[in-house]
Amino acid sequence: MKTLTGYLRQAGAALRFLILATVVLGLVYPLAIFGIGQAIAPYQANGSILKGPDGRPAASALLAQVSADDTGIQDPKWFHARPSAVKWDPASSSPSNLGPNDPRLIDTVTANRSAIAEAEGISEAEVPADAVTASGSGLDPDISPGYARIQVPRVAAASGLSPEAVQAMVDRRTSSGPEAFLGQPSVNVTELNLDLASAVQSK
Amino acid sequence: MNFNTASFLIQVAALVVALAALHKPLGVYLVRVFEGKTSTRAERMFYRLAGVDAGTEQTWSVYLRSVLVFSAVSILAVFLLQRLQGALPGSNGLAGVDPWVAMNTSISFVTNTNWQTYAPEATVGMFVQMCLLAVQNFLSAAVGIVVAVALIRGIARTRTDRLGNFWVDLARTSFRVLLPMAAAVAIVMVLGGVVQNFWSTDVVNQASGISQTIPGGPVASQEAIKELGTNGGGYFNANSAHPFENPNVFISLFQVFLLLLIPSALPYAYGRIVGDQRQGFTVAAVMGSLWLASVSLMGWAVASGQGTATAAAGGLGEGFEQRFGPVPGAIFAASTTLTSTGAVNTAHDSLPPMAGGVAMVNMMLGEVAPGGTGSGLYGMLILSIISVFIAGLMVGRTPEYLGKKIGPSEMKLTALYILVTPALVLALAGISVLLPDVVANAPSSGPHQFSEMLYAFTSGANNNGSAFGGITTSGPYLSVMMGIAMLLGRFLPIALVLALAGSLARQQRIPASAGTVPTHGWLFGSLLLGVTVILTALSYFPALALGPLAEGLLK
Repeated sequence: MKTLTGYLRQAGAALRFLILATVVLGLVYPLAIFGIGQAIAPYQANGSILKGPDGRPAASALLAQVSADDTGIQDPKWFHARPSAVKWDPASSSPSNLGPNDPRLIDTVTANRSAIAEAEGISEAEVPADAVTASGSGLDPDISPGYARIQVPRVAAASGLSPEAVQAMVDRRTSSGPEAFLGQPSVNVTELNLDLASAVQSK
Repeated sequence: MNFNTASFLIQVAALVVALAALHKPLGVYLVRVFEGKTSTRAERMFYRLAGVDAGTEQTWSVYLRSVLVFSAVSILAVFLLQRLQGALPGSNGLAGVDPWVAMNTSISFVTNTNWQTYAPEATVGMFVQMCLLAVQNFLSAAVGIVVAVALIRGIARTRTDRLGNFWVDLARTSFRVLLPMAAAVAIVMVLGGVVQNFWSTDVVNQASGISQTIPGGPVASQEAIKELGTNGGGYFNANSAHPFENPNVFISLFQVFLLLLIPSALPYAYGRIVGDQRQGFTVAAVMGSLWLASVSLMGWAVASGQGTATAAAGGLGEGFEQRFGPVPGAIFAASTTLTSTGAVNTAHDSLPPMAGGVAMVNMMLGEVAPGGTGSGLYGMLILSIISVFIAGLMVGRTPEYLGKKIGPSEMKLTALYILVTPALVLALAGISVLLPDVVANAPSSGPHQFSEMLYAFTSGANNNGSAFGGITTSGPYLSVMMGIAMLLGRFLPIALVLALAGSLARQQRIPASAGTVPTHGWLFGSLLLGVTVILTALSYFPALALGPLAEGLLK
C-alpha cells in the first residue's frame, strides 16, 4: 500500500514535470525559433518560395515541381525531374524502398530507361542512373548535369530557344565548388524550368 | 552516381577534426552541469511547481523507479493525446491516430527509438509533432544521458548508496545542455534552408499551370534536437532525405556532426568525473576507431554499387537524393546506425546488400561508436567491464574496474545487459519470420525479405529507428512486437545499468596492485575493441548470414 501511494505520488510529480517541460520545450522553444527565423531568414523559414513573373508564389526552390499526366509521363515542354515514389506530391514523401536486387525495381528502371531513350532520341546506354531511379524523398528537385544535357535538344525544340541558350541556362543552375564536391554536381530543375518560362515569355 | 573517394576522405577527416576540437569543451561543460551543487532560481521554481523532491539524492532503486515512472507517464500521455488529436488544436485536420500506431509511436519516442510506423504527413499534425514528439526527443535523450551519469557516479563514488537525483539530472540535462544547443543549431538550420513556420503555402506556376501546396511546420526546431538527441524521428516521412529537413549537403554534413557530438563528448566527462582522463580517452579512442572502421566499410560497400537492380539502373541512384549522392549517403548511413539516431538521408532499403548489412552490424554492436546520447557511453562501460573480466580470467585474479571489485553480482548484471538485445532481436525476428501473415508485410523476396524483418527488430531493440522501409509495421502484430522490442530494449538495460551503478557505489576503492589490469592505453583499448566485435559476431553471425551476407554473396 505504501509503495502504491509512493508510485502514485511520483506519477503525479512526473506528470507535472512533463507538462512544465512541454511548455518550455514544446511551445516556448519552437515559437522562439519561429520568431527568430521569421526575423532573420524569412525566405528559408517559409520554404524557399520562388516568385513567378507575376510576383506571386510559383514554386519552392527545394521541391520538385512536375507537370505529369496520370501515368507519370512528364510534360515534354519542360525539363524532367527524377522518378518519384509519390508522384512528386509535396503532401507526402517517400523513397521506393525497393531492395538492390528486387525484380520489381529491375522492371521499373528498365522500363524507365527505354522510355527516356525513346523520348530523348538517344541510345539506352546514354541514359544516366539518376534519370531512371526514384529519389530518397520523392520530391528531389535536382538531376545530374548529364541528365539535363540529354534533355536540352527536346526542351530547346519545344521552347523555340536555341540549344546553346538552353544549355547555358542549365549551366547557370548547376551546382559547383564545395557543394558539388561534397555532394555531387546537381541541376535544380524547379529553378531551371522557371528560368525557361521567363526566357520563353520575354522572347 | 559516382563515389568520390577524395570527397569521402575529406568529409570523414572534417568530422574527426570538428569532434576532436569540441569534445573537450563540451565535456567540461557537461561535468559542470552534472557536478554543480546549486540550482538556478528558475530550476528551483520548476521543481516546486512540478512537486518533485529535488533536495535529496536517490538510491539506485529510487533513481530507477523515477526513470520508469516518468517514462510510463510519458508513454501514456503521448498515447492518449495522439488518440485525441482530432479534438485538439493544431491537428491540421487529421483525426485521432490509429490505436496501434499511437501505441507504437508513443513507446518509440519515449524510448529514444523514433521508429516511425506512420507517414507523418498523413498521420500527425503540428500539435503532436511539436508538443509530444519533439518534447520526447529532448526528454528521452536526457534520460539516456542521466542514466550514464548515474553509472559514472557509481564508479566514481565510494561507500555510498546515493547516485544523484533523477529529477535534477533530467531538468539540468534538458534545460542547460540540450535546449541551448538545440536553439543554436535550429537557427543555423533555418539559415541553411530548413523550414520553421506554421502554415502551408499555395503556389501556382503560371507557365506550366502546376499548382502545389508547399507544406510547412516547426521543422528546424524539431530537426535540431532530432540529431543532437540521437532521436532520428523525421518531421516528414522521407526524414533527412526530405529537402525541407535537409536542404543541402552542408546541412547534411552538419547533421552527421550533430548526432555524433554529445556521445563523443561524454567519454571526456566520464574521465573527468572519475578523476582519470586516460579512462575517458581510451573509451573515446575505441569509439572513434570503430566509427572510422565502420564508416570506411560502409563507404566501400556503397561504392561497390552491388545489386542486379543497381546494375540495371546503370549505377547507384535508387533511394539517393541527387544533391547528396553516395558519399554523404554512406557517411550518414554509418553514423546514424552507430549512434541510436536512425535518421536517414538515403533509403537504406535500396543500399547495396553489404551496405545494408553494415548498417545492421552497426546497430548490433549495441550502438556504442559513439552510440546514443548516454546509452553509447554506458554500453561501452559495460563492455569495458566484460573486458576486465576476460582479462581477469586470463591472469587468474578477481577482476576490478577502477578499483571496484567485479564480483559475481556485478558480472551477472553485466552479462544480462549483453544478452538482452540479442535475445530480443533474434527471438522476435525469428518468431515473426515463421508467421506467413507477418512475413507478407515485407513484400520483398529472397534473403532481402528476411533482412527487412531482421533490420526492423535490430533497429527496434537497439532503439535506433532507421528501417528497411519496404516493410509495413503498422498492423497490430508488428506494432506490438516492435513495441515490446523497443520497451525492453530500452528499460531492461537501463535497470541493469542502474543496479550495477548502485552496487559499484557501495564499494570502497581497492588500491591498484601489480596484478591490476590497467583499463586505459593501447592494450586495454585493443581488448575492448576485440570484445565488442567478437560478442556481436558470436550473437548475430547466423542471422546476418541468412540476410545481407546471403544477398551480398548471391550473384
